[in-house]
Amino acid sequence: MLKIEDLHVYYGGIHALKGITLEVPENKIVTLVGANGAGKSTTLRAISGLVPVARGKITFRGEEITRTKTAEIVKKGITLVPEGRRIFANLTVLENLNMGAYARTDKEEIKRDIQRIYEMFPRLKEREWQAAGTLSGGEQQMLAVGRALMSRPALLMMDEPSLGLAPLLVKEVFRIIKDIYSKGMTILLIEQNATAALQVADYGYVLETGNIVLQGPGKELAANDEVKRAYLGKA
Amino acid sequence: MTGEIFLQNLANGISLGSLYALIAIGYTMVYGILRLINFAHADLLMVAAYVAFYGILVFTLPWWLSFLIAIVVTAILGVSIEKVAYRPLRDAPRISVLISAIGVSFLLENLGIVAIGARPKSFPRPEDIVWNINIGDISFLSLTIIIPLITVILLVAVTYMVNKTKIGTAMRAVSRDFETASLMAVDVNKVVSATFVVGSSLAAVGGIMWSLQYPQIDPLMGVFPGLKCFIAAVMGGIGSIPGAMLGGFILGMGEVFLVAFMPELSGYRDAFAFVILIFILLFKPTGILGENVVEKV
Repeated sequence: MLKIEDLHVYYGGIHALKGITLEVPENKIVTLVGANGAGKSTTLRAISGLVPVARGKITFRGEEITRTKTAEIVKKGITLVPEGRRIFANLTVLENLNMGAYARTDKEEIKRDIQRIYEMFPRLKEREWQAAGTLSGGEQQMLAVGRALMSRPALLMMDEPSLGLAPLLVKEVFRIIKDIYSKGMTILLIEQNATAALQVADYGYVLETGNIVLQGPGKELAANDEVKRAYLGKA
Repeated sequence: MTGEIFLQNLANGISLGSLYALIAIGYTMVYGILRLINFAHADLLMVAAYVAFYGILVFTLPWWLSFLIAIVVTAILGVSIEKVAYRPLRDAPRISVLISAIGVSFLLENLGIVAIGARPKSFPRPEDIVWNINIGDISFLSLTIIIPLITVILLVAVTYMVNKTKIGTAMRAVSRDFETASLMAVDVNKVVSATFVVGSSLAAVGGIMWSLQYPQIDPLMGVFPGLKCFIAAVMGGIGSIPGAMLGGFILGMGEVFLVAFMPELSGYRDAFAFVILIFILLFKPTGILGENVVEKV
């Protein structure tokens, strides 16, 4: 569904991605794992058009989107749940969800989708009229995911969805990811919590200072000695 | 002070406050979205006044058509200023954009002086909208009622637009976070332009009503009202639309009543606003209704 070939990105004066090639097939969960600064976020931001691509090619459903504007990429069906949630703190929960559907014009369907999000996250329904900035960290993450789903993406990209959450909530986040996936979504996931990410992923890539150093099915990677030592904190 | 004089001053205060409020909204909206004090905003008053002036006196158009053209021209000018002078600097340090804004302001003022001349012109007062009203012993201009009325209608409309419509919600989202708004498929540039359309149109209405109330126009006429409205916006809490309205009314009332109660201070009328600014910045820099959102990370 999504193909990246030889992607180079310079970011703040450094060569952040040094020729990455990867693929996200339809209806799969693919994860990128790696240390801080390996280029995981930069990869997602390049796909979304938030950072300029120096060289290489990104294609989505056979169509090149390498230098397309962010708003257009969202309309084509790729939505990013950004790192740190980035909900609109000054808007209500409902307004945040409506912002997710900004490009859509099917009002009735939008209303139905909002109800579906509320079924998925009942806490959001309770706080519908509250300013999103007053939500707890976990609730904000749910809102960020719900808001992204409101655009009806074909490919959902998530940047560190479990970052800064309590262990119980981290489990909840992974349950949600599996739940969304089981409803037919394609997911590209970034996680520092490599163990959990590789457990849910069909396929994984290991990034190191802007290069892909290892790849394979999620469970295989999780069992790989090198990966264990470097990223999973096991000897 | 007799009841009549008090009422007279109250009416003047409301009328002046309305004008300040209208113009202050433009400052606060642009600040909210770009974190920029748009110094050129003040000069839009002048542009609107001159377009209306030429429309009526030179092209002999009906007053309402001239006013409409003035509003449209000012809105287009406001949007163009953003495109030419601010957009290319969006990722530059904020001070660069501020300097650019001051540059645009000087450019407009001096273009006005060169093209039109510095000599004040007297602004026409169409009889349809400006006449004397006599109730008992009190006599006042129709503008004393018309200005606050139009202001209230526009303030309600802007508040509705920002809080209830899709573009208004997008404005608030963009003011919070450009990048994430673009991840919602929002065309950020369009939203910024829309903000300038609204702010500049309000400035145009303010400028026209200002010229009707004080019918002497010159290329620097925007400078003082502009500065005061900027102060009103800061007093109310820059970035907050209700704050700008409140600040405008407080400043207008304060100025009128200062002179009414202490006529010996009337020479310091303009200083009043700046004294307020100094106190606000010293004791409550976020203003009366300034943003103070508690955020959990």
